[in-house]
Amino acid sequence: MGELNKLSNFRKILEKGPIILLIVSVLNEFDFNYLNLKYFSFNFPFILIYFWSLKRSGSLGYGLIFLSGLFNDIVTGLPIGVSSLAYLLICGFSAYLRNITLRPSAIKDWFFFGFTILVVNSLIYLIISLIFNVELNYYSILVNLLFTFLFYIIFSGLFNYYLKLIFGAHSV
Amino acid sequence: MQASRDDFVIAIRSAFLKKENKQKFSLVALIFLTFLILISEKFSLKPVEYLKISLKEVAYRSTFIVSIPENFIKKSYIATKNHFLVYEENKALKERLDFELSKNYNSEYIIEENKRLKSTIEEFENAPSEIIGKVLVDKKSPFLRSIIVNRGSKDGIELGMAVMDKSYLIGKVVDVTFTTSRVLLLSDLNSKVPVDIMPNNIQSILSGSGEHHGVIQYTRQQSLIENEAVAFTSGAGGLFKSGIPIGKIQKDPINLKTTVTFFSDFSQLRYVKMISFTGDTE
Repeated sequence: MGELNKLSNFRKILEKGPIILLIVSVLNEFDFNYLNLKYFSFNFPFILIYFWSLKRSGSLGYGLIFLSGLFNDIVTGLPIGVSSLAYLLICGFSAYLRNITLRPSAIKDWFFFGFTILVVNSLIYLIISLIFNVELNYYSILVNLLFTFLFYIIFSGLFNYYLKLIFGAHSV
Repeated sequence: MQASRDDFVIAIRSAFLKKENKQKFSLVALIFLTFLILISEKFSLKPVEYLKISLKEVAYRSTFIVSIPENFIKKSYIATKNHFLVYEENKALKERLDFELSKNYNSEYIIEENKRLKSTIEEFENAPSEIIGKVLVDKKSPFLRSIIVNRGSKDGIELGMAVMDKSYLIGKVVDVTFTTSRVLLLSDLNSKVPVDIMPNNIQSILSGSGEHHGVIQYTRQQSLIENEAVAFTSGAGGLFKSGIPIGKIQKDPINLKTTVTFFSDFSQLRYVKMISFTGDTE
């Protein structure tokens, strides 16, 4: 009985995996500056939120996504609310795609992700530069977008595997 | 045509307005709340200021804890890299030491002479108040270059204080909470510091580039600036005292751009000094 309880507790922790990853990624902002890779950066929370909202929307609550956006703004020093807006819009785009999709396809999801981050980032940087008068390095932003887009397909493969492992094949 | 537009509207409405299973809030309500926060942030309304202060206290400490594993990997990587470079570095450092020692005698003489001259013109010289802080978070987002230090208003930190690594200027305090403060690095795009370029004593503005160097702007005497010249704070504006070293000038002969390579490596900051120069000289 004790063994069973332990197992179900472990399973519960694994089911909270996306939430833990989201919190860690917004607080930690994995950066690889120490590797001296010029311009290299990607937005991991974008990939995480888009994927889990699309495939299993209950895994990440909208309230939690909103709160994690606020924390991300505090850590990175952006005007408060900007990341929350970006994350929630990504949720909206993925919910829209989920509603119109009859036969899911990884490639279609990937390209729609590219479109989503382009639109969301354009809106966000418009707000940052026009309303808050913050100067931005557009070259860095473009490279960040490109890497985020390219890395989606890799992470979606990993997340799909995790989804099958933890929630069963019917969830995918 | 009409049907496909209806489908689009239904899908949008369902995505944004309908509260989904297992979701406590509707998406559109949260987006609306976010817009409210953004507007309050723009006009610096009190409720948002309080929200920010409380979030900061939680976020900075949590970030420090959450970053421990990554920082461990980072330190191990740097330590391994340095280990392999130690022989070459030792040789270069020995040569540098000999050179610096010879310069040191000269600078000691200049300092003494400076003190004597200051006393002649009866200029007051107070020791600036210095606070040492540990870097809690040095996450460089691609858009903002800043660090968070574990010293706040309770330690006497004030907005605008100069922040130094050893004797080099690295930035200024732009945000203070009770226990922490945010330092905007000189490399940030929004950083602007008045500088003196020596030799030739050229006044200019050093702007951040968003990368690992600064850019010299707003000077009519670009041609007089020599390669390898040194940029010091000019003291204009009264925020920093004059003569704090910042970095070396690098002139690009192709695009005629004048950049500054900082003396301090902003990716390796562990402890920094925060100094207030207000009332330093009268």
